[in-house]
Amino acid sequence: MALDKWIAVFFLTIALAYGYASFTYSLLPFERNMTFLPNTMPKVLSGLGILFSLIIILSPKKATQADEASLGDFDVSNIGQYKIGQALGLIAAMILYALALRPVGFILATILFLVGTGWVLGERKVHIMFTAASIGTVGIWYLVQEALGIFLRPLPWFLS
Amino acid sequence: MLEGVMLGIQTAFSLQNFILVVAGCMIGTIIGMLPGLGPMSIIAIMIPVAISIGEPSSALILLAGVYYGAIFGGSTSSILINAPGVAGTVATSFDGYPMARQGKAGKALTIAAISSFSGGTIGVVLLMGFAPALSSVALLFHSAEYFALMVVGLSAIAAFAGTGMVVKALMMTVIGLIMATVGESALFNAPRFTMGLMDLQSGFSFVTLAMALFALPEALYLVLDPKRGASSEAGEAIKDLRITRDEAKKIAPVIARQSLQGFLIGVMPGAGATIASFLGYAVERNIAKGEDQDEFGKGSIKGLAAPETANNAACTGSFVPLLTLGIPGSGTTAILLGALIALNVNPGPRLMIDNPSIFWAVIISMYIGNVVLLILNLPLIPYIAKLLTIPRNYLIPFILFFTMVGAYIGQNNATELLILVGLGVCATILRFADYPLAPLLIGFILGGMMEDNFARSVMLTDGLYFMYQRPMTLALLVIGLLLIFMPAYRRRRALALKKGVAQGD
Repeated sequence: MALDKWIAVFFLTIALAYGYASFTYSLLPFERNMTFLPNTMPKVLSGLGILFSLIIILSPKKATQADEASLGDFDVSNIGQYKIGQALGLIAAMILYALALRPVGFILATILFLVGTGWVLGERKVHIMFTAASIGTVGIWYLVQEALGIFLRPLPWFLS
Repeated sequence: MLEGVMLGIQTAFSLQNFILVVAGCMIGTIIGMLPGLGPMSIIAIMIPVAISIGEPSSALILLAGVYYGAIFGGSTSSILINAPGVAGTVATSFDGYPMARQGKAGKALTIAAISSFSGGTIGVVLLMGFAPALSSVALLFHSAEYFALMVVGLSAIAAFAGTGMVVKALMMTVIGLIMATVGESALFNAPRFTMGLMDLQSGFSFVTLAMALFALPEALYLVLDPKRGASSEAGEAIKDLRITRDEAKKIAPVIARQSLQGFLIGVMPGAGATIASFLGYAVERNIAKGEDQDEFGKGSIKGLAAPETANNAACTGSFVPLLTLGIPGSGTTAILLGALIALNVNPGPRLMIDNPSIFWAVIISMYIGNVVLLILNLPLIPYIAKLLTIPRNYLIPFILFFTMVGAYIGQNNATELLILVGLGVCATILRFADYPLAPLLIGFILGGMMEDNFARSVMLTDGLYFMYQRPMTLALLVIGLLLIFMPAYRRRRALALKKGVAQGD
């Protein structure tokens, strides 16, 4: 089965779960006599979601082999040419950055993030990357803090 | 109207707004030139900045400038390195890149700039005529018509998604509508479908969703496929920006035709700059005769002028449904709509009456933006193009960083970043499987308004009677249905036709 059908199966599950949640939605006492309820539209939406995902799943495979191998502009049959490892590394780095941003402080976390992702992508001239990252980080921090007036804790938790 | 124009000039020419237009155009050009970053990503990244300005007309002026600049910058990278940053400028590379290979890069950039300028300016003139007329009609609309209109908008977006994509686009729209119901709605102040998570109490953040749908997948695509951002040829010097009188004569009728055609395509929801540019290219190739036609694809100046004019005119056209009906016709205008709502402005027919300064200031700033792009960017292009040589090892980390900071400063909440990464990964997978992402965002943004209008009409008529109470509602709903079924019917007919041909063979 092609990837888009698997995704349709996933959407079907979402629509079913959403439908279950909207049909079992507990109404407040005063809401019961109203014409339009908080779960009116969700009921319709879950119906439509189930309908469309079933159409995608059940519609005949019009794709030939060549078509199926290329999903979008992405060639699955030749997956080795894509840098999946790098992409996964970047996703991991983003998650780490999200978790570290508060405790470690904006400046340190961001410089580490930029140098780290650069390293994942194959940049080995760390001193150049570090300089670029520091200038960029401090510049952005200053802009956000001064021009936009949004507080970003710059330093780690034990310093501020 | 003259009064409105004066008001617009007064607002747009204030020092702050003027600086914002110039800055927006510059930022848009610079970022739009980077391969793999389209206007949607750039505008998504700029939204937190625009929102924190606090003044709706200034914010919209900035974002509109960025939008224009991004389209302009995208054509530069199409011409110079054959790597369109934006889908709307893919057709530009058909003839622009061959011209650059022949050593006429400077000329190609000039033609692109002049065509963009003319397309944009003529588009703005048409917008000034169209929008007030349309919005005076729209003032007759009740909530039932609004609901029907949103149904039409959403189905039009699905209908224009392309063959075999209609059901997928509808599915994505429904997913967007479903996501819009998470959190507290305006009509009922109790939280819904939050799965008990405090962070979902106020629903998904629109900025996060926009970043996750457009900016992150673009960046991840660049990582996965390094060829997409190949930038080895950009170092060559660009010289000789002049065009001759003959060439100007040749492209003038093309520009006139494509401005009008592009604008009208842009007005239709779901069509937009990409379709306008391809259609413009195709039409001009068919109109051209003999030698001219043979040159298309090998560096024809007409083939360059057509898509460039059309995509800018379409960008302007796409503001018509946004400003008059409050219904975005494309992903980019959907993001602009979200920004307006975040700034407490309700776009729609009353915008011209309640906030005339916003409406006219945006239009006047479009003029300014076009002039800025022409006179400021043209001489600077050779220098800005040096940006194309930034190695991806530096580019990608900074793109990711801007995306994450944009989502973070909007909410000041680290959970938002985790949601961003999660949704971004999902969006990347969806793109692999050919699911269009813009319908999801448009559904998400229209979801709340659609439910409110639906609820109001149901309550007013105590049921679904509102659907056929007024002929306008019924007509709109029928159009919406037709739009969904039309592509399926056309495909079936095409299949039948094909079979017939095969039998006769």
